Amino acid sequence: MNTPSKLASVRQHLAQLNRPVKIMEVCGTHTMSAFRSGLRSLLGPGLTLLSGPGCPVCVTPITYIDRALALAGRPQTLIATFGDMLRVPGTRSSLEHARAQGADIRIFYSPQDALETARNRPELNVVFLGVGFETTAVAVAWTIQEAARLGLSNYSVFCAHKTMPPAMAGLLASGEVAVDGFLCPGHVSVVIGANAYAALARDYGRPCVVAGFEAADMAQAIDQVLQQLLQNRAQVEIQYQRSVTWDGNASAQSLLAEVFEPCDAEWRGLGLIPGSGLKIRPRYAACDAERVFSQWEAPVSEEPRGCRCGDVLRGACTPPDCPLFRNACSPSHPVGACMVSSEGTCSAYYKYGK
Amino acid sequence: MCLAVPAKIVELDGDQAVIETQGIRRAVNVALIEAPALGEYVLVHAGFAIQKWSEADVREFNSILEEMEQAE
Repeated sequence: MNTPSKLASVRQHLAQLNRPVKIMEVCGTHTMSAFRSGLRSLLGPGLTLLSGPGCPVCVTPITYIDRALALAGRPQTLIATFGDMLRVPGTRSSLEHARAQGADIRIFYSPQDALETARNRPELNVVFLGVGFETTAVAVAWTIQEAARLGLSNYSVFCAHKTMPPAMAGLLASGEVAVDGFLCPGHVSVVIGANAYAALARDYGRPCVVAGFEAADMAQAIDQVLQQLLQNRAQVEIQYQRSVTWDGNASAQSLLAEVFEPCDAEWRGLGLIPGSGLKIRPRYAACDAERVFSQWEAPVSEEPRGCRCGDVLRGACTPPDCPLFRNACSPSHPVGACMVSSEGTCSAYYKYGK
Repeated sequence: MCLAVPAKIVELDGDQAVIETQGIRRAVNVALIEAPALGEYVLVHAGFAIQKWSEADVREFNSILEEMEQAE
């Protein structure tokens, strides 16, 4: 694979198309890679890369953070989380602030390590913050099934897992954002398989190319989208062939289906998208931290004033269009979630953008 | 979150394995892949192997890395 020749091909196909093209890279890691490698500036005029809703922390609504904070305030509770959730602002606080004030909040790389902590510390209620797409959800599903098998009563998951294809369809259905094609997320697709985008390509007439994460992968995937546009095709293609298959990981899919069922889910910026979330099935209710809120009034949430994370996540504006960007909002003092995660669009623009 | 580095299985005990990537070893869960074996390469996400990589896949990945290093 040779990146300069791929880029030359991208520019040649752009010239042949002779019109502006917008391609959405759905995954936050693609956003980061395109900035870090300098790919964005090498693609040539006429091609816009739009960041999509594929940063899990960014699309998690503020109500979730507020509820996680409420859970953290309960006695004998250990909140287990991936690191990038820590600094996401809630309405009045963040998990990082709560930890500084004494709440037991710990970062885990693997959900399995959180489950182990629950086994070793029966006096604690370990609540894992289940945030992420299919790739992460399957790891969390494994811990839920294992907790049930072990009969553990002190491990639960506060579940806000989401699925990617319904969100992409939701974006197109809204008609707000003009996108000519998609770079589909590489590792979500390892789990769900490239066939999961077939309806999207067919019903909305948009090329969908599953892309790897290196600059050479992305340049090639972009070129594949352009070639489809030139030939008036809208199909699913796999650029990331070293990881992704058409059918995906069957064991992972059956584990997801065993533990979770689809539900409507709230996305920051995109609102409620039917069938785009995962909730824990009733047979695993003992592991569902959500139960707490049925007996208990949830906190009232309020989005930060002026923050345009929602518009950024829909591709309706870029970070510099937000009045807070580089002013009130920076990586050291994030106002919105997109500035927090390293995969967040605002964070990438801050670090690498002009 | 989506680090796509191939990791080699260097220890294996049922669903639990130790992988090595770029000189670093760590425990991963291999319950989600079929018939994992010592010496095989896997793709790891959040502590779980989610896919196997063939030797050819690893070679392709390494050639991309070499190209990037030469460009720097």
